[in-house]
Amino acid sequence: MLALGQDEIAKYPFLADAGQYLKDKGFTLEQFGNDPDLKPLVAKAFERIQVAADGKIYKSELIGEKASKEAALPREVFSFLLAIVLLKLSGMHTLIKRFSLAEARRAEKYLEKDLANISDESKKELAIRIIDDLFSVQVEKLDDYFVISISDYLKHSINFHEREWKLINRHVENGQVFLTPHETVRLIRKELGTYINSKIINAKTPTMIPGFEDSVNKLVLLSKKFITFTVTTGEYPPCIKHAIEELEKGENLPHSGRFMLGTFLLSKGQSVEDIAPLFKNAPDYNQRVTLYQLNHLAGTSGSGTKYICPSCEKLKTQDLCFAIPECDNIINPLQFGKKRK
Amino acid sequence: MQESDIKFLEDSFKKYYFEHFDLIRVPERTFEREFGYQKFNSGMIRHISIKDDKELHLLFMQNIPSDVYCSNAYYTFPNLPMNEKDWKEADLIFDIDAKDLNLSCRENHTVSICNECNEVSKNSAHCLKCNSTKIEKKSLPCKNCIDSSKTEVLKLSEILIDDLAIDKENIHVYFSGNEGFHVYVYDSQFQQIGSRERSELADYIMFNGVIPETFGMKKFKPNRSSFPNFNENGWRGRFSKQVFGSKSKRSKIISELLVNGYSSFQKTLDNVSEKIGVKIDPNVTMDIHRIFRLPGSINSKSGLTKILCKNLTKFDPYSEASFLSDESIEVFANSPIEFSLKNKKFGPYINEKVTLPTFAAVYMICKKLATIA
Repeated sequence: MLALGQDEIAKYPFLADAGQYLKDKGFTLEQFGNDPDLKPLVAKAFERIQVAADGKIYKSELIGEKASKEAALPREVFSFLLAIVLLKLSGMHTLIKRFSLAEARRAEKYLEKDLANISDESKKELAIRIIDDLFSVQVEKLDDYFVISISDYLKHSINFHEREWKLINRHVENGQVFLTPHETVRLIRKELGTYINSKIINAKTPTMIPGFEDSVNKLVLLSKKFITFTVTTGEYPPCIKHAIEELEKGENLPHSGRFMLGTFLLSKGQSVEDIAPLFKNAPDYNQRVTLYQLNHLAGTSGSGTKYICPSCEKLKTQDLCFAIPECDNIINPLQFGKKRK
Repeated sequence: MQESDIKFLEDSFKKYYFEHFDLIRVPERTFEREFGYQKFNSGMIRHISIKDDKELHLLFMQNIPSDVYCSNAYYTFPNLPMNEKDWKEADLIFDIDAKDLNLSCRENHTVSICNECNEVSKNSAHCLKCNSTKIEKKSLPCKNCIDSSKTEVLKLSEILIDDLAIDKENIHVYFSGNEGFHVYVYDSQFQQIGSRERSELADYIMFNGVIPETFGMKKFKPNRSSFPNFNENGWRGRFSKQVFGSKSKRSKIISELLVNGYSSFQKTLDNVSEKIGVKIDPNVTMDIHRIFRLPGSINSKSGLTKILCKNLTKFDPYSEASFLSDESIEVFANSPIEFSLKNKKFGPYINEKVTLPTFAAVYMICKKLATIA
């Protein structure tokens, strides 16, 4: 584990061992519930979650005057740790998710600043080490850029759906990808969120602490806001329509297209027997083989693996995507026509 | 395929495997690979593990397979079902096939074989005799097909070496045994990446999914200086050479691009992609559980061997990948298209009985254009 100074823990509080930190500072959780001097920190923790739930990033007090920094630093760390306690007590997973993401984006800002810090080499080194320790991505500085190996880049970039993150839209040279500090940090945002999320999920849930009840109840109410309902139009996306048309015309739909069609319709609840006749016009149609393959996709034969419909990105690569405006940036054909209410 | 054809092909293949086992390239770390094979008129048998070259030889002699495959992946337990194999890593593989290159010559050397009445006709969407649309197409690739495929291999190698920093020695190019080339990359930084990452790599190589911003074009206030320079590395350099043609034309062409605007630039990129993107089959590259034709084995689509190309530019598959004997055999031939093998010309044959050397007879039977008389 990294050895961190006080201000680093304030910037990256998720790196701290929570129990140890409280012990080192000489506090117990109960004190925060009943000590009038400490109680405001619980309110501050609640606020930190509320800001995250609104999709905003919690503004730290660290930017304030230097004189108050001494006192502000532990308050920063406490409010983070208490927020986790509140989240655990509320048991609301949607809030934990939102909180993790917001905290990741907050830390991202500091990481980016530290990476770009030319005057303090140690700050840059720490940022590079955090990225390496947490996400096994080795970053090297080269002139104004940060370079990472293509394979490391791909492991993270595949989580993005924006085209600018595709390798083809990157500066690639000599087996490496060149990134700005902002892009370097942005690349690991999701994993940073996942890391914080898993830390919270794995933390022990304490028993209710007197003085925390109000905040916990408010969190339960807050999370109700995020319950969503979805409705679907039932219409097929253009890629699926195209595949069905090709088959109807007796064209030779490639294996990848058949895979897409089969997995899509199976996911929509159709049975193998419903789907098989679609293929009867294919030039190489063989009923036995078709049923075998569909059963394989459905997981009713073979290894039992149930295959899922490929992502839009994969279908683009395979030349099977015929996107229309109604696709509306979905990432899998199965989402077509689904609207959140 | 009829029994006598199968027997003839099996005898010819067996003789090859007996006499030329040295051409089989037993892959490194043999026991970590999954092997599979097919027999004539039969399905795939896979999930086989093999200890060494002796065991592999035995497989050939006992089964006389029509096709043999070996995984690019390495597993702890290659003989177990897929989800129990324990995948470790996989060599990077590429498939370049003349049929994917949209070549105009293909129309001239593709035949249509009716699945209903077996009628053979020159390239047609339906059977000229019974009008059925259940047509199987077979191509007898020409020199242009092979040369165009070679060009794609060279484009691919350039990107692998320059952009992906792969050592030249770790790139092995094989003639696929039919209409194209298989390229293997060993010991690269990509050994352990998964399927989605490989799909991204395929898009990079194919020049797929490019946005105008990458080449300097912005929706608002585009800036001349962010357009690529002629001598830049990677795709920006290759783009410059294709679009500007020469250094001196760069400035003038950038002005034109700026006038035409953002969406026109996207179209330019799509057109350029067709020319400078490498036409690999992305499904092969992104598959990390594939069993891929074993180097040195015969491709039953042609009777030619999948063979290492030491000198790609000079390589001629029709003389260098044909290893079957010259022994004569009588066949009924029906091939409206002529072809060359081992520097000899054959055909066209119109429903006639001819005596041919084994290598040519095998080629035609594999293409369903002849049967044993």
